[in-house]
Amino acid sequence: MIPRPIQDALQKIVGPQHLLTQKEDMLTYSYDAAVLDPVMPSAAVIPENTAQLGEIIALCHENTIPITVRGSGTNLSGGTIPQSSGIVILTGRMNNIIEINEADMYAVVEPGVVTATLAAEVEKRGLFYPPDPGSMAVSTIGGNVAENAGGLRGLKYGVTKDYVMGLRFFDSQGNYIKTGSRTVKCATGYNITGLMVGSEGTLGVLDQVILKLIPAPKARQAMVAVYDTIEQASETVAGIISARIVPATLEFLDNFTIRAVEDFSKAGLPTDAAALLLIEVDGHPAVVAEEAEQVKALCLKMGARTIDQAKDDAQRDKIWAARRAALSALAQLKPTLVLEDATVPRSKIPDMVRALQDIAKKYRIDIGTFGHAGDGNLHPTILTDRRNKEEFHRVEQAIEEIFDKALAMGGTLSGEHGTGIAKAPFLEKEAGYSSILFSRRLRAALDPKNILNPGKITGV
Amino acid sequence: MADMKELANLVKELEDQLVSCTRCGMCQSVCPLFEQTRKEADVARGKLALLTGLMDNIFTDPDGVNKRLNQCLLCGSCAANCPSGVNVVEIFIKARAILAEYKGLSPAKKLIFRKLLAHPGRFDTLLDWAGRFQGVFTRPDANAQGTSCARLVSPLLSHRHFMPLSTTPFHKTLPVKGLTTTGSGPRVAMFTGCLIDKIFPNVAHASLKVLSHHGVGVTIPSGQGCCGIPSLASGDRDSFTRLVDHNLALFEKQPFDVLVTACATCTSTIKKLWPSVYKNPSPGMQKKLTTLSEKTMDINQFLVDQVGIEPLEGFFEASEKEIVTYHDPCHLKKSLGVADQPRQVIRAAGCRLKEMTGSDKCCGMGGSFNIYHYDLSSSIGILKEKNIEATGCTTVSTGCPACMMQISDMLGKAGSPVKVRHPMELYARALEKHTQ
Repeated sequence: MIPRPIQDALQKIVGPQHLLTQKEDMLTYSYDAAVLDPVMPSAAVIPENTAQLGEIIALCHENTIPITVRGSGTNLSGGTIPQSSGIVILTGRMNNIIEINEADMYAVVEPGVVTATLAAEVEKRGLFYPPDPGSMAVSTIGGNVAENAGGLRGLKYGVTKDYVMGLRFFDSQGNYIKTGSRTVKCATGYNITGLMVGSEGTLGVLDQVILKLIPAPKARQAMVAVYDTIEQASETVAGIISARIVPATLEFLDNFTIRAVEDFSKAGLPTDAAALLLIEVDGHPAVVAEEAEQVKALCLKMGARTIDQAKDDAQRDKIWAARRAALSALAQLKPTLVLEDATVPRSKIPDMVRALQDIAKKYRIDIGTFGHAGDGNLHPTILTDRRNKEEFHRVEQAIEEIFDKALAMGGTLSGEHGTGIAKAPFLEKEAGYSSILFSRRLRAALDPKNILNPGKITGV
Repeated sequence: MADMKELANLVKELEDQLVSCTRCGMCQSVCPLFEQTRKEADVARGKLALLTGLMDNIFTDPDGVNKRLNQCLLCGSCAANCPSGVNVVEIFIKARAILAEYKGLSPAKKLIFRKLLAHPGRFDTLLDWAGRFQGVFTRPDANAQGTSCARLVSPLLSHRHFMPLSTTPFHKTLPVKGLTTTGSGPRVAMFTGCLIDKIFPNVAHASLKVLSHHGVGVTIPSGQGCCGIPSLASGDRDSFTRLVDHNLALFEKQPFDVLVTACATCTSTIKKLWPSVYKNPSPGMQKKLTTLSEKTMDINQFLVDQVGIEPLEGFFEASEKEIVTYHDPCHLKKSLGVADQPRQVIRAAGCRLKEMTGSDKCCGMGGSFNIYHYDLSSSIGILKEKNIEATGCTTVSTGCPACMMQISDMLGKAGSPVKVRHPMELYARALEKHTQ
């Protein structure tokens, strides 16, 4: 519980209906999409504008109240769980697209704008905002920036960090900070923008985001390659990359996932296939045609049983519907789903796929593997029931081994889900103690009272 | 009131269904209520978390959870889009029943559900009289939708433009022992539904006309009651179960192949909720409910999939084709996957179908949600009204009388000339023109 006078002050800032303190509401802000224990905040506030947001932060600083900012609460590493039971700031009402500048190809948005809403608005103007995390129908730009979210197009188009040109945010004391600009180039000051992206609400609270937009590709060609062995499929991924072709999307589905998708959506997938690759090339029509043929030849050379190119939009939609159904189809099999995102250099995809199969066998657990093979970011998806303590223990051991394997291959613990609480204890394995210490000092200097999303990334 | 631990045990009945929610939060993208309030307690994920909280016995009283649980349209948008396939509507309905049984129904609800709705004869008589006297309290608005508004400022009615009760409910026009017509092909029984019987009898007349045109033999037993959804939405599983018993007994008297209704909500209730929420069914009863559920169909679906309708296109010049837009009732599209058939009926009726933006977005009615949360219901409804008007149509068609009420209210308040018609009304009208 936060003291009554502070509650009153918060209420004065946002109005009574935008301050929530009842236990029932607190329960609904105690979790996100990560498989972790919930922690209830002591209040949730819903500011409407910059002024209110600044006042809330200043008040929290003065009274040393921890702050966790929450967009749609879809993140998979526990970044929005209010671990210190402070207050949760909801960005739902700060959801305006302030500007879409077609001449200079950028957009300025408030943090609560839903990713898909922005993508659709931009598309109407013939422009393109490429980052497309799986949750984009609900996820917010603020959350995407805070977690450095990725998506299916990382291979060619990069991830959220590649599109953030500038930010406006409040520091832990409620000072308004401007970083970056509306220009393509900007060489003034520190690259605070880069530091803020992926900082998971530990260095400041976002107020505005300036995003880079690009012209929409004129043509695209999707295709599906079917493989009898998982090695052939993963070797093809490495082969396409080394042939200097950069598809917009290059996705992998293993047999476990194929069967789950087929049971779920009856899409007509070959359930006897060991693996599928779903590939899309885009760009200038002539280049697309040439690259599509090259990819096709390469797949066949690497031993693909068949490769089919989408003949129209309907066929293309069918291909991507199968990919989008992967997580849903797996989610229906067991009550608990742990979605990992350990990422390896893309040439190591064959090794990683093999390692995941061994781990599933070793710990006697179900792992469906699909994901962004083209950028080395697979999603081993573990299906379990958290109530079965013995099995869940084996799941935790398996996750740790997945981390170890990824790091041994020169990879990272998280390609796109962030560190949060879930991966904080393992970060030292990847970065070493001095990196953690550096981060803690940085944090302590910028947030001396440790009120910005305490416990995340660098641990306590 | 029993203690919270006992309630926790009751909620445990739902545990296996509750754990399938992975908290992914995708329901936020489709919940019409969340779009308005942006509060997690208003979306399925939040409500499922609250029920889990009740099960874990972390609250000192059930009122806060109960209040939040009831702030829901039961439109099923979340369930239709749930990656994990959580059966949200069934969970919420069962949870409402558990909470209502634990807390006891309010006296007003007891009167309505136990003393009136559960006794179809009494309910019919009361509303017959109300239909005759309603002019004393309300005045017709002489508008395209045919709604009325209150003569006096009334806090209960607010500024609603509500549909008046018909002076002659459908059941009054039937022979006392019910209606039986002969025909070829599959034999059909028709479940009328309260709103069609008492407010939109024309939909039932139109449905009969259409079925007879296609030579379908129809049985309509007299004395039909409510499908039970209003009782269930308030957690009154006893009244619901009594209504199911009553209706089931009526429809057992004569054999039929298909049970059709022109009400999306009734169809969805009979198909989905009769077999799953009936209180303590015997194995024999369970079998009856399942069999009936399998035989039940929306009337548009029946006409298109089983009878096969010929487009009457040739009989209408392109210039005289009326522009009609179609609203997908949640209980048809999201609950039963019926979306294409009503559109085919509208096209067959010689209309030019023009899709609106968000045709499958909830209209905000949600049955009793409209009564208890009229402001929220209206904010959702206004979005629908704007999307309808943006098509430039002259008629909006939809396969659910509850949606028809809400949309009429919204259009009426906006002073819109757009008419509201069931696809059966459009098709029956076209058949009439065609035969002239």
